[in-house]
Amino acid sequence: MSKKNWPLWEVFIRSKQGLSHKHAGSLHAADEKMAIENARDVYTRRMEGVSIWVVESKHIHASNPLEQGELFEPANDKVYRHPTFYDIPDEIGHM
Amino acid sequence: MQSALFDYTLRLGDTSLIIGHRLSEWCGHGPVLEQDIALINIALDLVGQAKSFLEYAGEVEGKERDADTLAYRRLEREFRNVLLSEQPNEDFAFTIVRQFLFDAFQYPFYQRLTQSKDAQIAAIAEKSLKEVTYHLRFSSEWMIRLGDGTAESKAKMQTALNELWMFTGELFEMNETDEMLIKEGIAVDLNEIKPLWEQRVSSILEEATLTQPTTTWMQSGGKKGIHTEYLGYILAEMQYLPRAYPDAKW
Amino acid sequence: MANLTKEELFQAKIDAEIKIEPKDWMPEAYRKTLIRQISQHAHSEIIGMLPEGNWISRAPSLRRKVALLAKVQDEAGHGLYLYSAAETLGVDRADLMNDLVTGKAKYSSIFNYPTLTWADMGAIGWLVDGAAIMNQVPLCRCSYGPYARAMVRVCKEESFHQRQGYEIMMTLSNGTPEQKAMAQDALNRWWWPSIMMFGPSDADSSHSAQSMAWKIKRFSNDELRQRFVDATVSQAEYLGLTLPDKDLKWNEERGSYDFGAIDWDEFWNVVKGNGPCNRQRIKARQKAEENGKWVKEAAMAYAEKRRKRQQKIKTQEAAKAA
Ligand SMILES: [Fe+2]
Ligand SMILES: [Fe+2]
Repeated sequence: MSKKNWPLWEVFIRSKQGLSHKHAGSLHAADEKMAIENARDVYTRRMEGVSIWVVESKHIHASNPLEQGELFEPANDKVYRHPTFYDIPDEIGHM
Repeated sequence: MQSALFDYTLRLGDTSLIIGHRLSEWCGHGPVLEQDIALINIALDLVGQAKSFLEYAGEVEGKERDADTLAYRRLEREFRNVLLSEQPNEDFAFTIVRQFLFDAFQYPFYQRLTQSKDAQIAAIAEKSLKEVTYHLRFSSEWMIRLGDGTAESKAKMQTALNELWMFTGELFEMNETDEMLIKEGIAVDLNEIKPLWEQRVSSILEEATLTQPTTTWMQSGGKKGIHTEYLGYILAEMQYLPRAYPDAKW
Repeated sequence: MANLTKEELFQAKIDAEIKIEPKDWMPEAYRKTLIRQISQHAHSEIIGMLPEGNWISRAPSLRRKVALLAKVQDEAGHGLYLYSAAETLGVDRADLMNDLVTGKAKYSSIFNYPTLTWADMGAIGWLVDGAAIMNQVPLCRCSYGPYARAMVRVCKEESFHQRQGYEIMMTLSNGTPEQKAMAQDALNRWWWPSIMMFGPSDADSSHSAQSMAWKIKRFSNDELRQRFVDATVSQAEYLGLTLPDKDLKWNEERGSYDFGAIDWDEFWNVVKGNGPCNRQRIKARQKAEENGKWVKEAAMAYAEKRRKRQQKIKTQEAAKAA
């Protein structure tokens, strides 16, 4: 990329207190201050947020989709991690 | 008193309206998509402020003129906006400098205005202050960025600053309207705002590596309805429809 | 599954309505089609700001002024969301923008028509945004994740655009005789270009079949056009305005409106650059890009200086501590 172009940033927005930040989209900005302001102007025009995170896109490391199988499928058969795996008589009530 | 209050609210409303109108001219033509959106956000805030002040001006006047009638059916000589607000956009440098010089005034001004004894004015100031706080942050950062950017951007900023400087004196000018309303605790004493403005401007200019102009000769007239040639064209465009179809509602 | 080719696996995912994400394997043609479609869509949003932007300074009331301003600003946002979606496919916004200003890229032809009166703001919001919504809603389910998500955001914001336009048309239709005539005139001029927005008839549409299989497209041009006509007729009636098509009539059998022949000659001419405003629109974008250059450079130069200064302070502090 040429030096003249502003880098790409990923924008994460907390829509309200108590929720986690969620990816909203991306934009271009020369620096992090501008990125936050641009994010405010672009992604929160309709009261969508109370907090903004910006991360320069090049700093995001993603898992490889080709490894989807080895990364995530092993969790499929670990049903013992879920409450429904255990038989508790109904009369005990909610547990 | 009522006529002073009318004059004062018109001044505030007209100034926000005209500078908001100027900013809105950027829509679709901004230097970068993100900044196009940012400028329009500021324009929307300012036109919103104008609407509130003009609405109130109409009430104060008591002649059944609403915000639209005041905005669209008055002539050049009846507008009370400061001259700075009507200066053309020229380029992004001019627009940023104009906005910064204005925001640096509006911010301390609205802070004081929230204390106005006129509840309506205080309420509008309260709401506007939040908006203006952001405007000032935005324009200050761009002052620094472009002032301390490249040689080209610095030259553009310095030119804009030199050319707009003579319109800054009027921001602090006071007349009978101010005198009367300051006594009532309604208006802000602009002598108190001036040092705050100067402080802010000189510190941002320093960070922006720009030189503060030394000219002291200042233009004046907007608050009395004597404008630069630019206002006539703004109004000709803005008021064209309501004037061409005087009986129509839009 | 093991002996399926990459292409077959890809198509199987699409058939199962599993979204394709940026780093997933995809056929080169799928990537190219998406880049072309998303960037054209983005360009349309940006160019689309100009005809309406033409009336912001002349909006006849403060309420109309802020509504129009917010509406046109939204279109800038849409352009931005869409360029971002395109960038996930490995292209750069600056290059896409360059294609636009050099006339290499296409955008929706409708924006090459002029906005001549205030009523055009009504007609555009009502018809052009209306047609755009008709096109865009199915795209929220597009197989490419980032595009689909951008469209969800866009569609949410679009809903006020059409209402904004229709409200203008209502006010004019119920206004003075001159206003009503203004509204009818705008409808006359915008109706045909609006229904052309859905693109060439299915028989002449070059990319349709593959795009349908890839679920980039969910409905054919003609299907969407028909839906739009069916939805619009009663809206025009409510306004007391007449759609400028003498062949328009209800077809009981089809349960839809029949409408007259579209002048495809005009359509293709405008696409090829012979519309009344093609050059004007491109020039406006060229000027904005040209005027933006020094701003971008300056901001980058400043960001670089600031980074270096901060680094220097850090090393000095580290030296002091040591
Ligand atoms: Fe849009
Ligand atoms: Fe729209």
